[in-house]
Amino acid sequence: MRTFNYRRRKLVDQLMRGLSALATGCAVIPLIAIIGYVLTIGSGAMSWSFFTDVYQPPSNAPEPTADAPEVAYDPNDPFANLTVEPVGDPTGSTEDVTNVYNAAPRGGVLHGILGTLTIAGIGLLFALPIGIFAGIYLSEFRNERFATIVRFCCDVLSGSPSIVAGVTIYVLVVLQTQQFSAVAGSMALAILMIPIVTRTTEEMLKLVPETMREAARGLGAPTWYSTFTVVLPAALPGIVTGVMLAFARGAGETAPLILTVLGSNIISTDIFKPMAALPLLTYRYTESPYPGENTQAWGAAFVLMMLVLLMNILVRVATRKSGGNSR
Amino acid sequence: MAVRISIRTAHYDVEGQMAQQSTPPQWSTGKSPLRHGDVPFRAGTVALASAVVLLVFAVAWMLYTSSQEARTAFGWDLLFGSTWNPVETELNPVSFGGWPAVRGTLLSALIALIIAAPLAVAIGIYLAELCPPVLRTPLSFLVELLAAVPSVIYGVWGVFVFVPFFSSAVAEPLSATVGAIVPWFAGPIATGRGLIVTGIILALMILPTIASLTRDVLRLVPNTQREAMLAIGATRWETIWLAVIPYSRAGIIGAIMLGLGRALGETMAATMLVGNTQRISESLFAPATTAASLVANELTNSVSSLHESALISVAFALFGITLFLNFGARLLIWFVERNTRGGRS
Repeated sequence: MRTFNYRRRKLVDQLMRGLSALATGCAVIPLIAIIGYVLTIGSGAMSWSFFTDVYQPPSNAPEPTADAPEVAYDPNDPFANLTVEPVGDPTGSTEDVTNVYNAAPRGGVLHGILGTLTIAGIGLLFALPIGIFAGIYLSEFRNERFATIVRFCCDVLSGSPSIVAGVTIYVLVVLQTQQFSAVAGSMALAILMIPIVTRTTEEMLKLVPETMREAARGLGAPTWYSTFTVVLPAALPGIVTGVMLAFARGAGETAPLILTVLGSNIISTDIFKPMAALPLLTYRYTESPYPGENTQAWGAAFVLMMLVLLMNILVRVATRKSGGNSR
Repeated sequence: MAVRISIRTAHYDVEGQMAQQSTPPQWSTGKSPLRHGDVPFRAGTVALASAVVLLVFAVAWMLYTSSQEARTAFGWDLLFGSTWNPVETELNPVSFGGWPAVRGTLLSALIALIIAAPLAVAIGIYLAELCPPVLRTPLSFLVELLAAVPSVIYGVWGVFVFVPFFSSAVAEPLSATVGAIVPWFAGPIATGRGLIVTGIILALMILPTIASLTRDVLRLVPNTQREAMLAIGATRWETIWLAVIPYSRAGIIGAIMLGLGRALGETMAATMLVGNTQRISESLFAPATTAASLVANELTNSVSSLHESALISVAFALFGITLFLNFGARLLIWFVERNTRGGRS
């Protein structure tokens, strides 16, 4: 009887261990598939002009020459070429319309890349002071009751849906100024970045050994002096990590940008006007009826994924090294 | 003895819990008299820290006041009324009933949870307990990387790859056979976008979140628990099932709740995959809508201040639900951590 029981237990053991390994395999496969699809199809959309050109409407028309220049758009109007109909052959037969429909992808996403970097960069400027100082507070005055409240509010912010940040800024900024703008988008992203920066700063400062603070204090330094000259420099690589993660998170967000930045088809330098962003382009090209633009959706997704994943990989590699050194 | 007296050394994780193994000396806790320059320093950090608190209150207050108009006009019908009609026509008066969106949100999140929760917990167990050490780092790395993939990319993949595959391989045969009897799986499958596709993609998105949190929670279980179980002759699985999981049950539930919160609030993947229609259909294959995608689609095109206010109340409800879920989840995870610390000392 005992042998039977033992055999059954061993069987259950192996079965369940196998099942959990299988579950891991099952889940990892589609996830790898997503990355694989984006990398293979997306890299197919790559070309030199994809990185150097802005939006071009689908068209089979020959490239503009000196004799017949393309329609010039008003560079101050971000919607200038939104209204331009796809241009077919001048004969205008139905066959040509189909040709436009099947036109090869044209143009690029330079405006999206620049826009994403601008919007997320300005968002980071908003988020950094609040995030880092709140992190210092949480770490250096960690036992105060107010610190618990701040920590909870951070969790609320990081757990609330990104669309809520978008709605908040839409009501507080976009409706007040009657203008979609890149800055509004940055503010919405800052709401999402602040909890990440705060919590990583806090954790990184906590990792700094107490002996270092004791040494500074032993030499007569007040807390603020030891924080800025001893603790912060020691934790700097970790904090930079958190900042990069926050940037990657912000760069990938779409929903808040729909409500605040709106999007654009040209390179816009005015941060108080609508601006293009990679996630917005990805979304719009995905919903586009033109197969050429659908290909570009994969391309934009590829660039976005590269941006986000490279940043994450860099960060993980960097943390592993510094984590090993500090212990 | 074949007990793995493991290499579970202090190890930075998401919550950074391992950082606190030694109790910090009293002087660093702010209880000691502050020296010159420390008063403005503390005041400055407190001011910027309270900006975080203010931000939460600003969000809540804004959502509350801006949704006032619709809430006084419609009350609970905003969530449970069945017609959403922003534009007055001859046949239909203006009405804002969010039930299609609420139903879509709940159903898609439920589908996501049913698929993702068991899988993700299994992955967490595998990563924390069973995985050969060679695989542990790359697999954990991969899981964390996947949690960072932007949601719009899941949406692109869903629209171009998963929806065509799913509607031809699963939805069409299923609706032709089972669909005749069970209305949940009834056809026709037009675009292939609908609640079930959304639910599956949402499941993929919350898998890494739940899995990595579960792994972190399991890692907090003291080794003495495992060793005691192994010492009385338990198998590895019995150790996990009877010692490790009961010890960290609250934390695992917390991880699942955080995953649920993410599924409820997810906007882009849902907007791209759910089909965005206000019609309520029995079939899970038919297009529907979710609260987040409703807001994302209509807020910038709102036709009246009442419409806008109604959309903001939907966002308010979403904020309230995720706040509640997060609060509960953090409480549970915090509970596990506190117990674990007690067990360790």
